[in-house]
Amino acid sequence: MDTAVAEEETPQAPATEAFEPTIVAFVCNWCTYTAADLAGTSRLVQRPNVRLVRMMCTGMVDPKYVIKALLGGADAVLISGCHPGDCHYINGNYKARRRVKLLNDILDQFGIDRRRLKLTWVGASEGNEFAETVNDLIEEIRELGPIETRDMMVL
Amino acid sequence: MATTAKVDVPGSDPVLGVQEFLKLLLRQGEIGGVFVQTHLNPHGMPMPTLITDPERLDRADPLAPAFPMNAARMAARLTHGRSGDRVAAVLRPCEIRAFVELVKLNQGSMDEILLIGFDCLGAYSNRNYPRYIGGDDPMSLTSGFLGKTGGSEDTAQSDYDIAEACQSCENLEPLGADIGIGLVGMDLGDHFVVTAHTPQGEAVLSRLGLADVEDPSARRAAMDALVEKRTAYRNAMFERTHEATSTLAGLSEFFARCVNCYNCRAACPVCYCKECVFLTDVFDHKPWQYLGWARHKGMLKMPTDTLFFHLTRLAHMSTSCVGCGQCSNACPNDIPVMELFRTVGARTQAGFDYVPGRSFDEPPPLSVFKADEFPEVAGAD
Repeated sequence: MDTAVAEEETPQAPATEAFEPTIVAFVCNWCTYTAADLAGTSRLVQRPNVRLVRMMCTGMVDPKYVIKALLGGADAVLISGCHPGDCHYINGNYKARRRVKLLNDILDQFGIDRRRLKLTWVGASEGNEFAETVNDLIEEIRELGPIETRDMMVL
Repeated sequence: MATTAKVDVPGSDPVLGVQEFLKLLLRQGEIGGVFVQTHLNPHGMPMPTLITDPERLDRADPLAPAFPMNAARMAARLTHGRSGDRVAAVLRPCEIRAFVELVKLNQGSMDEILLIGFDCLGAYSNRNYPRYIGGDDPMSLTSGFLGKTGGSEDTAQSDYDIAEACQSCENLEPLGADIGIGLVGMDLGDHFVVTAHTPQGEAVLSRLGLADVEDPSARRAAMDALVEKRTAYRNAMFERTHEATSTLAGLSEFFARCVNCYNCRAACPVCYCKECVFLTDVFDHKPWQYLGWARHKGMLKMPTDTLFFHLTRLAHMSTSCVGCGQCSNACPNDIPVMELFRTVGARTQAGFDYVPGRSFDEPPPLSVFKADEFPEVAGAD
């Protein structure tokens, strides 16, 4: 592809404008979603970079949801659920951990930085923890830069 | 355990020796049928065939360098439920490993099957096997392919060789089988050996009245040399594939010829879902969606979701990938699918310390978990 075309294709992101990461977060209904809600009602400062997807459990986050988000241009994916031992469905969070481990090993092969997929445990009462996790991740990804898929024409 | 017996080869043709052994099994081994690759046409491709009449075994040719499909799926069908009789399935080592994976995934059962494996010297692709046989009777060519001492002769033809999957396969010993047929390092014009690896195999073998022999060290040395050669080939293949796909742009180019036919999935023995999600309404996108996606970047490749499909399949089955290479065999556009799936599979399998098909005692990694593991992914706090 010649450079003139490449420049034309990304008029929305000129080099002078700061890069704003887009983060897709799959959060479990019982813990992290409730924590996110608490962060909101507690009026904690949260940046608007995160798109929350409320799941019943992190154990139902199929690898393809993560893959689709990253291929679709999300700069990072956050999966967050109950602390070990606290899962509403007893062990869904342990299953999520194996899937994230698997995805890390696969995505790494194709140059997708491991930092772009994060798994955390945030309990229902930890609104401040949620705000902190999200804000830290945004900063980390801002430094890492946009994901390759944003500018890819063929996927 | 590990009784080894000698099977004499009539007429200097190991194919006849294997047939005689299978006939003996059918007559004396308390076996109801033999499931074996058989030539059903004078010049066509041998196909997996279920044979109950010993007389019908005269076109059986499991050692032919043809590998039309991974027969583990068919073996799973034969054992998913009861038939009332035991079937002896003659399978390649990769087919046995795939079958073991399918059993662990509840798609088949070991209850009524006797697994017979053999030292696998590889096979030509479905495209090249017809070139190999030309106008000849395919059965007459098999012993030539095996070489005088099983694996001693070059398999390369003028401009093709055995499939890439076979050249890079270091698991050519039938370790998961009840009974293994030893070919490598044998004087195949005279005899080969059969070895029982399980109590079931031992029981069957003892009924046949064959002469016991020591497993000769010649086989071990020849096998080690073959494994070393193929491992080196495999490592080079891993390196090459890793380099070509180390970025998403590289991966995109790797699959540039993919037309989303999903033949690789259909041919894969361990991709066992009755209905793949990529064939469901989830991917029945609406016209307005296509236009929306096109507007997003100014263009949209169709069919869509090509990399999405391959990455998802890697996530779903790479821990069970046995490296049989049927995905590459089935690709209409010659994409080296096997190379990528083996390369990534080696990583994902190592990540869980899992070897597909090795043991019934090891559960598939994504079917289990531990409370205390992978702290680098997410801690135990």
